[in-house]
Amino acid sequence: MGKKIGIEVSIAVSEAVRAADVDLIAAYPITPQTHIVEHLSELVADGKLDAEFVPVESEHSAMSLCIGSSAAGARTYTATSSQGLALMHEIVWIAPALRMPIVMTLVNRSMSGPISIWNDHSDVMSERDCCWIQTFAENGQEAFDLTLHAFKVAEHPDVLLPVMVNLDGFTLSHVIEPIELMTQAEAGKYLKPYEPTMRLDTKQPVTMGGVGIPAVYTEAKKQYETAITASKKVILDAWKEFGEVYGRKYKPIETYKTKGAEIVLMTMGSISETAMTAIDLMRDKGISVGLMRFRLWRPFPLQEFRRAVKNISVLAVVDRAISYGSQGGPVFMEVRSALYDQEVRPQVFGFVAGLGGRDVTVDMFEDIVSKASKYAEKGKGPVYEMIGVREK
Amino acid sequence: MIEIRFHGRGGQGAVTSTELLALSAINEGKYAQAFPSFGPERRGAPVMAFTRISDKPIRTREQVYAPDIVVVLDPTILQIVDVTAGLKKEGIVVLNTSKDEATIRKTFGIKAKLAIVDATGIAMQNLGLPITNTTMLGALIKATDVIEMESIEGPMQKRFGRIAEKNLNALREAHSKTPKTE
Repeated sequence: MGKKIGIEVSIAVSEAVRAADVDLIAAYPITPQTHIVEHLSELVADGKLDAEFVPVESEHSAMSLCIGSSAAGARTYTATSSQGLALMHEIVWIAPALRMPIVMTLVNRSMSGPISIWNDHSDVMSERDCCWIQTFAENGQEAFDLTLHAFKVAEHPDVLLPVMVNLDGFTLSHVIEPIELMTQAEAGKYLKPYEPTMRLDTKQPVTMGGVGIPAVYTEAKKQYETAITASKKVILDAWKEFGEVYGRKYKPIETYKTKGAEIVLMTMGSISETAMTAIDLMRDKGISVGLMRFRLWRPFPLQEFRRAVKNISVLAVVDRAISYGSQGGPVFMEVRSALYDQEVRPQVFGFVAGLGGRDVTVDMFEDIVSKASKYAEKGKGPVYEMIGVREK
Repeated sequence: MIEIRFHGRGGQGAVTSTELLALSAINEGKYAQAFPSFGPERRGAPVMAFTRISDKPIRTREQVYAPDIVVVLDPTILQIVDVTAGLKKEGIVVLNTSKDEATIRKTFGIKAKLAIVDATGIAMQNLGLPITNTTMLGALIKATDVIEMESIEGPMQKRFGRIAEKNLNALREAHSKTPKTE
């Protein structure tokens, strides 16, 4: 295996895209973009990556071009964040409907109103329901590895769906840390060239993007749902193979010190590492606490989740987004829903933290655990709670 | 784990300092993180940036609240920011100033260990610019031994190319002029 080098996580992601030997990159190069596409444009301009780099006029066009490129049979990539993703929104729905195996890095940043460029998960949660496979990285190495995994899964003939790799803006994207990169040859041991099952070809014409009249729309929806649910097997197999080839193992739900823990925190993304440090400190003080986090968010790993919480009595879910006027964070609501018909189920308490770049600290996790413990003892707590709000 | 907080003004290269430091530590086979305080980027406004260095993998993403070392790139920052906030008990402040230690302690009430150097003067002489980020790295290395002098050369060459040597000269001069903290 190669040597770890010090590199900014965004640049490492571009190196993963280079290792994947993509054919086309479409991106709108303005805030809220990151160094990912900036570095890719340099790699292409310097002849270090044999690909088309198209600086389109908006994110809407970026995703439109990605679809055209993918339909022509090219390995296709883009990256975006927050408002950029929102501008893309209309076309984000079209990519899975056309079964286009596009890979997109979503550097998670908060949706504006008030204007913000900082980190939370409000962007990805706004695109939760549009049939993209969604994974979350906790550190730079994972961001690199999950990018290769994304191409492997998306292009698998049993899947043919787009994949969104999520990584936290700033707290991950702008950090320099040690990461092991791969060359195209090393990545090629795992990721084979894309072989489209169907593509735009004048010799064998097909229709892509037809009208879904009421007589077929429902059936089409059912097919998308079947496809993304079935993709889980490929996702897990692709992680297994990744572990066999490179030695780094990934699972849809990752756990840390959950065995015998009285309270288990649930997180997604880079705050998970801070949570682990908090857990170590709390365990030193004799507090029995562990951590569980979703690496795979779509398709929702229902069976794995139910298995993972089997012996857990209290779950404290930490969301990085809020669904206004509902019951709190999207992760919390899905977690509770996943447990409703289980005979034995943990008490679940919802917390919302780290919105719009508010730092999620070790102290915050200690506060959340102490609150969850209090509510568990009483047998009830608030429907959900926002952490660290200044109200005076 | 050693946590270092840099104070400077937007445009003075605090972020670059933290990155060069982390890259040098990683080249030494250590684990390191470098990241800015994520705010609006405005030239001249007070900014912070952080480096963590450890022999073990670093598993935290929060900002640095209790630094072991504080590096101050710009002496005027002292008038508006409490640079010693959260500094650990045995913590060290590495400060760019042309004033003497007694005056600084008296004016700003700093009780922590202090290593001072006239980095602006050194930078003006070597670079012709009051940009002190690389100069202050020399002072930091001398005062704290947080990395080896040799380790910084590679990352500096890579980052600055043809102006690397000038920056290295400023760094070396600051290294020789900074007292070692006890």
